[in-house]
Amino acid sequence: MTQTASPNPQTEAHAHEQPLSWRRYFSFSTDHKVIGIQYIVTAFFFYLVAGILAMIMRGELITPEPDLVDRTVYNALFTMHGTIMLFGWMFPVLVGFSNYLAPIMIGARDMAFPRLNAAAFWMVPVFGTLFILSFLVPGGPAQAGWWSYPPVSIQNPSGQWLNGEFLWLLAVALSGISSIMGGVNFVTTIARMRCPGMGWFKMPAFVWTVFAAQIIQLFGLPALTAGAIMLLCDLTFGTTFFDPAQGGDPVLFQHFFWFYSHPAVYVMILPVFGIFSEIFPVYARKPLFGYKVVAVSSLIITALSAVVWVHHMFASGTPDWLRVLFMFSTMLISVPTGIKVFAWVGTIWGGKLRLDTPMLFALGGLINFVFSGITGIMLSSVPVDIHVNNTYFVVGHFHYVIYGAIVFGLFAGVYHWFPKMTGRMYYEGLGKLHFWLTFIGTTLNFLPMHPLGLMGMPRRVASYDPEFAFWNVIASVGAFLLGVSTVPFLLNMISSWISGKEAPNNPWRAIGLEWLLTSPPDVENFEELPIVISEPYGYGKSEPLTENMG
Amino acid sequence: MKLKTIFTLVAIALILAAISIEVGQLSYSWLPPQASVESELVDDLFSFLVTLGTFILLGVTGTITYSVLFHRAGRYDVSDGPHIEGNVTLEVVWTAVPFLLVVWIAVYSYQTYMKMSIRGPMAMANMPEAIRPAYGEPLDGAVEPMTDIEVEAKQWAWIFRYPTKNITSTELHLPVDRRAHLVMRSPDVIHGFYIPAFRVKQDIIPHQSMDFEFTPIRTGKYRLRDSEYSGTYFAAMEADVVVESMEDYQKWLADAATREPSVAPNRAVTEYALREERDDKAAWATVVPAPAPIVNYHP
Repeated sequence: MTQTASPNPQTEAHAHEQPLSWRRYFSFSTDHKVIGIQYIVTAFFFYLVAGILAMIMRGELITPEPDLVDRTVYNALFTMHGTIMLFGWMFPVLVGFSNYLAPIMIGARDMAFPRLNAAAFWMVPVFGTLFILSFLVPGGPAQAGWWSYPPVSIQNPSGQWLNGEFLWLLAVALSGISSIMGGVNFVTTIARMRCPGMGWFKMPAFVWTVFAAQIIQLFGLPALTAGAIMLLCDLTFGTTFFDPAQGGDPVLFQHFFWFYSHPAVYVMILPVFGIFSEIFPVYARKPLFGYKVVAVSSLIITALSAVVWVHHMFASGTPDWLRVLFMFSTMLISVPTGIKVFAWVGTIWGGKLRLDTPMLFALGGLINFVFSGITGIMLSSVPVDIHVNNTYFVVGHFHYVIYGAIVFGLFAGVYHWFPKMTGRMYYEGLGKLHFWLTFIGTTLNFLPMHPLGLMGMPRRVASYDPEFAFWNVIASVGAFLLGVSTVPFLLNMISSWISGKEAPNNPWRAIGLEWLLTSPPDVENFEELPIVISEPYGYGKSEPLTENMG
Repeated sequence: MKLKTIFTLVAIALILAAISIEVGQLSYSWLPPQASVESELVDDLFSFLVTLGTFILLGVTGTITYSVLFHRAGRYDVSDGPHIEGNVTLEVVWTAVPFLLVVWIAVYSYQTYMKMSIRGPMAMANMPEAIRPAYGEPLDGAVEPMTDIEVEAKQWAWIFRYPTKNITSTELHLPVDRRAHLVMRSPDVIHGFYIPAFRVKQDIIPHQSMDFEFTPIRTGKYRLRDSEYSGTYFAAMEADVVVESMEDYQKWLADAATREPSVAPNRAVTEYALREERDDKAAWATVVPAPAPIVNYHP
C-alpha cells in the first residue's frame, strides 16, 4: 500500500514558487500548505461575515417585538448566517486543516492531485462572493433557511429570475462540487501516498478522521447537490419535482437534503475529534488512550452516519416504523463517540498537564461536546423530539456541537499549529483571554436556548411571546460577548504573524512528522521521504518516530 | 483494585446518583404545564433522560476537573507521563455500558411513543396490553366519540372548522378529557401544528390531509404556534387554544353558531398593510398574506 521513495510528480508544479513570499497566498499555488492556509484565512473572513449577521439577529431578539429589522430581513439574516457559517466557514476551514496537515502527517510531499486541490479552493471565494452578492439582487437574498424546504423556497416573491434563492442554490451546488473534488483528493492521498512504514495503524488519529469524513463527502454530497439542482429547476425552469400543487413531493426534498446534511455534521466534527486526539497527548504527555479503537471508531461513525437522516423529519409525517428505526440508529452513534470521549479522558487522567491555550480550548470543547451529546440523545428519542423539534432546544443543541465543540477544536488547532504554519509563536496571554471570553460567551449565548426550547419557543422567529424575554436577553449578551472575543484573537494572530517570537521546530515537544520539519516547512516538506518505525503516540517511551529523520 | 478505591468509587457514584435524581425531578419545572395525557408521558421520559444525562455529565466533567486540578505538570517538569497505551477491560466496559444504556433508552422511548399513539389508534390493535394507548378517559360506550375538527393552516392564519355545526373560528376550542381528532390541511406551504403545553407537534404537508390526535386534560388557555418555517410572517402565526369543560364547550359551540361570520384580526395582514402604507425601503420581497379569515368566532 505504501509508496516507496519515487520521483515526486509535483516537483515541476512547485518549481516556480518562491518559498517564503507572501504573494504565493494570493496565487494559484499547488502547494498543499499554501492552499491549506488559503482555505483557513478565507474561511475566517466568512466566519466574521456570518458572525455579524448573527449579532444583528440577536439584536432583533433582545426584545419580543419585531422592531430592529423587517421580518423579511430577519428571515434573510438567519438563512445567510447558517449558510455562510456552514459552506463558507466550517467546511473550508476544516478542509484547510486537513489540507495542511494530512499530507505531512502521512509523510507525503503533497496531495495526490495538486491542481485539482487548487481548483477546489478557488471555488470557495467564488461561491462565497455569490452568497454575499445575493444581498444586492432585487427582492433580497434567500429567505428560505439554510435547509431551503420547498414550497417556501420556490415561492419566489420577487418574481425575478435573478433572485436570492437562485444565487443561493447556484452557490450551494458549486460548494458541493468543490467539496466532492476535495473528497476525491483526500481519500486518494491517504490511501495511496503514505510514506514507507506508514501502515494504517501508524497514522495519527487526525488522518483517520479526515479519511472517515471525506468518505462521507463522497457518498453524501451527490444527494444534496442533485437536490439543489432539482430545486433550482423547480424554481427557475418550471419543473415540479417538489411542488405539491402540481403533484410533486416536498418531503422528497427533505430526504435529499438530510441524507447529506446530517452526515455533514460528522464531516465537520470528525476532523475536530482528530484535533482533540492530537492535542490531548501532547499537553498531557501521555499516549492517546486506546489509539486503535479511537481510530476505527471514526469509520464506524461514518457507516452509522449514512442511516440517521430521518431523525430530522420525525414531525414531517414520517411513518411509525421509520421513526422507531431511525431513533435507534441515531442513538447508536453515541457508542463510537462515547468511546472517543472516554479515551480522551483516559489520556488526560494521570498525565502531566500543561494548560496552554490549545489545551484550554480542547478541554473546553470536550466538555461542551459531552453536554451536546447528552442533549443529542434526548433529541433522538422520538417522544421528546416531537415536543422540542423545531424549537430553540435544537438551536441550543447544535450550536453546542458546532460552536462549543467544533469551533473550540478549531481554535485549539489554530494555536497548536500556528508556530508550525507561520514560524512564529503567538502571545499566550492573549490566547488565554480569548479562551475565557469565548467560553463565557458560548455558555451565555447557547445555554439559555435550552430552557427556551423546553418552554416551547419555536426557532426561526423574528418575534416571540413576552414569556421568553428573560433568556433571550441573556443569549443576546452572550452573542455580543462572542463578537468581542474575536478581537484578542485577531490581534494575536496578526501581530504574532508579523512580529512574534521565532518558533523552534518543535515548541510543544510533540511527537509527529510535522514537528520534525522546520517551522514553516519547506515547499517539498521532506527532502527524503521518512521511514516510519514507531506508533504515533510514543510519549513516555523515548523512541525515535522515524529511521532517517531527527 | 484496592478495597479503598472501590469504596471511594461507590461513594462518589452514590453522591452523583443522588444529585442526578434531584435534577431529574427538577426538570419537570423546566417544561410548560402538563395539559395533555401526552405531556405526562413525554415529561416522565424527559426526566429520565435528564437524570441519566446529569450522571454522565457530572461523571465526565468531574473526572476532567480532577485531572486539571491534581495532574498538572510542575513548572520545570519536562518529563513525560506514564506510557499507557490503553486498557482492554476498560475499553470493553465503556463500549458495552453505553450500548446497554442506548438499548434501555430506546425501549423506554418506544414504549412511550406507542402509548402516545399520536398517529391514531388503528395501528395499535395488535399491541400487547402493557403498551396500549393511554386515553384521557376510559372508553365506555356512554361517551360520544370526538368529532373531527378541521384545521386549515395558510400563510399566515389558523382557521378551525367544526363540521357538525358548520362553525369556523380562529381560536381552537376543545373539551377537556376527550380525545381530540384533527384533520389538518394546508393550501400553500408546510406548516407545523405545535402546542407546547400538549407536547405534540405535526407538520402539515400541503395538499394532504394530516390526521392528528391527542387528549387535553387540563382546562385553561394555551398557545398554538406554527413550528415549521412558513415564510415572512411565520413568527406571527399563533393562535389560542381554549380547553374547557364539556358544558362550556357545548355552550361555546351554540353561541358561535348564532354569530354571523365576520373578519378576524390577523397580524400578518395588519403588518403587511402597514408596510405597504409606509412603502418600507428596508424590507425585501414577500409573499402577500392571505386575506384576513372571515369566521363565526374570533377573540
